[in-house]
Amino acid sequence: MKVLGIESSCDETGVAIIDEKGKLLAERLYSQIELHAQYGGVVPELASRDHIRKITPLIKETLKAADLTLNQLDAIAYTAGPGLVGALFVGASVGQSMAWSLGIPSIPVHHMEAHLLVPFIDQASGLQFPFLCLLVSGGHTMLVQANGLGDHQVLGQSRDDAVGEAFDKVAKQLGLGYPGGPAIEKLAKQSISKRDDFPRPMIDHPSLDFSFSGLKTHTLLEYKKAKQLSEEKADIAHAFQQAVTDTLYAKCQQAIEQTGLDTLVVAGGVSANRGLREKFNQLDDVNVIFPSMKFCTDNGVMIAYTGLQYALAEKFVGTNEIKVYPRWSLQQ
Amino acid sequence: MTVKLLGIETATEACSAAVLIDNEVVERFEVAPRKHNELILPMCGAVLADAGVSVNQLDGIAFGCGPGAFTGIRIAASVTQGIALAHDLPVASISTLANLAYQADVNANELVMPAIDARMEEVYWAIYRKTLDKVELIGEEKVQLPVDVGIEEYVSCGLGTGWGAYRDILQQRLVASTENVIEDALPHAQVTVRLAKHKYLDQQMVDAMNALPVYLRNQVIHKKR
Repeated sequence: MKVLGIESSCDETGVAIIDEKGKLLAERLYSQIELHAQYGGVVPELASRDHIRKITPLIKETLKAADLTLNQLDAIAYTAGPGLVGALFVGASVGQSMAWSLGIPSIPVHHMEAHLLVPFIDQASGLQFPFLCLLVSGGHTMLVQANGLGDHQVLGQSRDDAVGEAFDKVAKQLGLGYPGGPAIEKLAKQSISKRDDFPRPMIDHPSLDFSFSGLKTHTLLEYKKAKQLSEEKADIAHAFQQAVTDTLYAKCQQAIEQTGLDTLVVAGGVSANRGLREKFNQLDDVNVIFPSMKFCTDNGVMIAYTGLQYALAEKFVGTNEIKVYPRWSLQQ
Repeated sequence: MTVKLLGIETATEACSAAVLIDNEVVERFEVAPRKHNELILPMCGAVLADAGVSVNQLDGIAFGCGPGAFTGIRIAASVTQGIALAHDLPVASISTLANLAYQADVNANELVMPAIDARMEEVYWAIYRKTLDKVELIGEEKVQLPVDVGIEEYVSCGLGTGWGAYRDILQQRLVASTENVIEDALPHAQVTVRLAKHKYLDQQMVDAMNALPVYLRNQVIHKKR
């Protein structure tokens, strides 16, 4: 069995082909990051326009790299949500139309479930259901208990900004580049004082929810108060990153205690942050799994992999309608 | 030689699909705002069944490339790319304005002015010369405020939702006003396939990856600072 996966929910166009054993046969990824960098964030209409230019060449390249033709595919999976509506429509329309005209099943995939399941592709990780997952990206911040295919419980999520969003906004105000995560991480490293006096939002709150909007504002106020010398800027970046890391860490500890689970997957673009990785490796008696970096950010592999799981479980949606779900909840 | 083409048009509130076999055309057409995504593939299946052909018997696929609603023209382009890719079919991009122009009831070689309401107080418009079974673009397609529309040629017919929204202003922009105005004209896939047939016979079809929307409106963001 061979499944082709298409991702186009935000600013990456990803295509991948996987076989029934979960072996990756080929993948291609195009990032629009430079396109949006000049605006300090993703511009939805420009994202849609770029997806439609790139998607067919990427599918062709992926097929060629896998030495396959479309007639050899058994199913086509695509991201149906959540995400930017116009961007989702490109991948969904191409994917659904290909499947329809080839007469093979289409599998609409939940983008966040794909992030949850992609660590399984590395069979050496020994990952098994159930496990805890912290999903941290530019669009999402959530703690999830993954019980099985299509069976996930959202334990907590951000009540306002996603972590990655907070990084981007703070970086923008500090005059750093986009995306903000790597820029802040780099600057924080230069902090000599290792300043660490920013508040940890909702850390004593009994729920597992997050809030980063207040911390973002606090950071900006501190920046305005300071003389904005480069040392101070580095100190502020350091203090902000520490506060974010500590907050995420504390909430994960809380979730581990509440659920009794001993495996934690940390996924999403923000999990690339080294400070975060070091901190989480301090968790005692917990198996912390960081998916390989290329699977942490959006990609077609996770969509193909998740599609494959649904295909193997014979959970198909028999439809010719092209549908996207920009605000699709992970808990159906 | 037999020509078999599939055509789709989702640039406006209308959604349609058609199959052309030589000179015969079957079409499904529905005015269904924001439902194009749900309707288009079932419609394609229906017209193929009506025409008695399957996708792998087609010689090409045509789509309404705009101008029109951004999401609508992207759905048409994406569906076209998907089908063309799956069956290695060549593609014809057919202007939505040309589609309207073709529908004008005028004498051969007269000029017509299709105009589509582009929101934001603007219209997509163009001047086309209507011949017996073709249309020819005069100048270029534009997106403008109705008061800025400049026409130097004598136009004998106006059609499209742009005329519905700005009839009086557009009449004043003409050299001489015309009674022949069809305000509720909408693009049809049966026209898409008829215009595409010329492209097919003239060997002007393109590859799937070049099935791209024509937006006309490119100012979609105002750069800060």
